[in-house]
Amino acid sequence: MPIVDDIAGLRRILARAHVVAVAGLSEHWYRPSYFAAKYLLDHGYRIIPVNPNHTEILGERCYPDVASIPGSVDIVDCFRRANDIPPIAHEAVAKGAKVLWMQIGIRSEEGARIALAGGLDVVMNRCVKIEHARVMGGLHWAGVNTGVISARRHA
Amino acid sequence: MADREFGFDTLCLHAGHVPDAETGARALPIYQTTSFVFDSADHAASLFNLQTFGNVYSRISNPTVSALEERVAALEGGRAALAAATGMAAQMLALLTLCRNGDHIVAARTLYGGTYSQLATTFAQFAIDVTFVDADDPAAFRRALKPNTKAVYAETLGNPQLNVCDIAAIADVAHGIGVPLVVDNTLASPYLCRPFEHGADIVVHSVTKYLGGHGTTMGGILVESGKFPWDNGNFPQMTEASRGYHGVRFYETFGDFGFTMKARMETMRTLGPTLAPLSAFLLLQGIETLHLRMPRHCESALAVARHLTAHRAVEWVNYPLLEGNRYAKLAQRYLPRGAGGILTFGVRGSAAAGERFIESVQFLSHLANVGDAKSLVIHPASTTHRQLSEDEQRAAGVTPEMIRLSIGLETLDDILWDIDQALENSQR
Repeated sequence: MPIVDDIAGLRRILARAHVVAVAGLSEHWYRPSYFAAKYLLDHGYRIIPVNPNHTEILGERCYPDVASIPGSVDIVDCFRRANDIPPIAHEAVAKGAKVLWMQIGIRSEEGARIALAGGLDVVMNRCVKIEHARVMGGLHWAGVNTGVISARRHA
Repeated sequence: MADREFGFDTLCLHAGHVPDAETGARALPIYQTTSFVFDSADHAASLFNLQTFGNVYSRISNPTVSALEERVAALEGGRAALAAATGMAAQMLALLTLCRNGDHIVAARTLYGGTYSQLATTFAQFAIDVTFVDADDPAAFRRALKPNTKAVYAETLGNPQLNVCDIAAIADVAHGIGVPLVVDNTLASPYLCRPFEHGADIVVHSVTKYLGGHGTTMGGILVESGKFPWDNGNFPQMTEASRGYHGVRFYETFGDFGFTMKARMETMRTLGPTLAPLSAFLLLQGIETLHLRMPRHCESALAVARHLTAHRAVEWVNYPLLEGNRYAKLAQRYLPRGAGGILTFGVRGSAAAGERFIESVQFLSHLANVGDAKSLVIHPASTTHRQLSEDEQRAAGVTPEMIRLSIGLETLDDILWDIDQALENSQR
């Protein structure tokens, strides 16, 4: 599995996923992680907050780590420093997640290696909210250059 | 598989518009509506909180206008854009998003007359101070910097002096103190020059000119490169909780399009110089042929410039790519595909002969615009720069005998014929 960075690959990942664990989700509405999680909720995903300091965020039960989450997870979305990523990658592999997603500004080659070896797709240094809006529609309304060139009807 | 990097011509036709899911309409629909329904109270709240992307009210965003914004952002190689009612409105929005009362701008002295007035007169009313400097001297920009300078402003191609900006050198000056270089790229269009490739941070356009190209519709746009480090300490309005939009931190939340979001949600939302959807549609019709029109404008303008150089009734000719022009070297660097469709010349016999020339042309249109598909002519001293004193006019490069031509797409021999017969009349 390669690192996914193209429009078709991102669209495939986001179209197949239903459950997103958000590692490092903040309780503060003005933080980027909160914006992203609220966006995912609004677009039909189930989100599972992962933050050891809280029991509930955005009305969803919060877990201290990925390993503690009961049931399956499709994407582990990481709002954590690069150094914190490798252990999360191990947990994502053990959990049977399909994607390890590192948010914009986060690059962990080691985390990527662990996840790829475990058969996961990896996305690095991209925001899940902005990429969803870019490739599935919406970001365009903010006047952003999405890079999408297509004569097929918008999905 | 890496995404394909599409060519400029493809972007002129496709960027910013994918057929919609409901109808599959191939042409861009004109969303002639003021407002957009919410799915639910929660959806409305998410939109107002900027937690999801969508349309609320056409003063802030509209899907037809968005297509224009994305297309110009793509053509400029930028990250995001915000359209406005006119070019003047677009530059105002860019600068008022950067500057507040007490701040300072360093700008080229050769700016378009309307821009000069906006900065020198209207911004002075907001206590935003502007120092105008020699556009040809990057050191003059550096000397004019102050601790409260928040932007440096220049034009790729000055109007009507047709001076070529050394964008890279002036970008270095701006970046030396951590402020953005804002470049008006109207007269070059992204076909001839992409200022972001030379270090500019924000580009503004009068879309009315070459981008639209048909002279039917007013419009403006600002584009952000997505590369400026807004967290460098000089722009707390980008990093701190916004007073104008209930606590949003624009740079942290929107990253490389945070400036455009702030310009949209604060400056545009409160000042309101919105582009109409029908105007966006008409301007996009023009952009679809930008890549076909610009080479022809450039070829014909160079041919007219060479023709005038040899004419006995002409004192001087100014076109940047003309042999011996003082800007030829900068033009070869920044405008390698052509120096645009505008040139100026002096009619022998000074102002009176210039007026006779303008009254004698048959199909060149005497009006105050540039960048139309039709050839245009004007006497700047008595029209576009009339509100300036003669000293200010000379500082902006306007002399009494100067005629400005904006060469259109007519048969070149016909353009030369009309100029020749009018020149002959001017000498009677």
